[in-house]
Parts: sequence; structure tokens; C-alpha cells
Amino acid sequence: MTKAQLVERVAGNSSLTRKEAEVVVQAVLDSIVHSLKSGTKVELRGFGSFRLRNRAARIGRNPKTGAKVHVPAKRVPYFKPGKDLKELINS
Amino acid sequence: MVKADLARAVYETHGGLTHQESKEVVKLILDCIKSELLRGKNVKLSGFGSFRVISLKARRGRNPQTRAQMRLGPSRRVTFRPSRLIKV
Repeated sequence: MTKAQLVERVAGNSSLTRKEAEVVVQAVLDSIVHSLKSGTKVELRGFGSFRLRNRAARIGRNPKTGAKVHVPAKRVPYFKPGKDLKELINS
Repeated sequence: MVKADLARAVYETHGGLTHQESKEVVKLILDCIKSELLRGKNVKLSGFGSFRVISLKARRGRNPQTRAQMRLGPSRRVTFRPSRLIKV
């Protein structure tokens, strides 16, 4: 399923027009990203949570030249499926 | 941040929905994604990331408390890969 299909389905199952559904879906996704950017985790009951994980700095390699490059430490978004989702997917 | 905060964002962005309707639509969005994943389908949301269902093979594990060895059956798991467009 793509974002367009998600929008379609949300519109079909609510009183929203396709255009409105698009705005709403985008608002939800943007809010999650915005929250992570500010360092706040997002916990959605029955679905899962988005939080940040730290990646340590490491020495990488340029795959083309083999040259060593320093890759700085960074934070990456991480999604942890909720208990509900975890169990349902295996039943 | 929890579902209610997302509902508030929807309420403010859309303008024409009640708080209750905003709450319901947030739930609807999450349920749509969830049901797709439960059917074993991937969900790709451009500019955000993609949710994938991966299958894990049966493997041996240990109960960390008793250290007893046990067999873990094959299972499925949802993983998320953030879009490269989102920098945090």
C-alpha cells in the first residue's frame, strides 16, 4: 500500500473527501516526524512507538575507492511494533 | 506524544472537523496501515518511510532468566525503514 492508496482508503471509510483525507494523512505523518525531530518519542497504543536510537561514530569505507571515511555519530528513527501488532501478526 | 496529540494536529490542520472526528480519523489511518500489515503487505509512505513484514526462520533461543534452551518457531515481524528524506 502506498500513501495514495492509504488516502483513498481513509476517504472511502470516512466522510472526508479525497483531498481532505490527503491533508489529514500528511498532517499525521508530519507530526510524527516533527515530534522525533524535537527528540520526543511517539507512542501509539495498539500500533507501536517511534523513538530515536543512537548510532555510534564509525569508520566507513568508500565502496568505490576503498578510502576510509569517518561516519559521525547520529540518531536514527526506530519503530517498535506494539504488543498488539506483534501478536496479531503471528496469529 | 500520543494519539491525542496527533488528533489535535489533525484538528488544527483540517479546520472543519470536531475533536471527536479528528480522533476517529487518526485511528482510521492507523487501522488501515495495521490491517494492511496483518495481511502481510508492505506499506510505503513516501517522504516518511516504509513498513515491511519480514519472516523470521525458526531458531534456537534461551530463556534469559533460566538460561534454558528453547526452540522458537518461525514468526513474522514488522520493521520500519525511515525515508532518507527525514533527517532527525
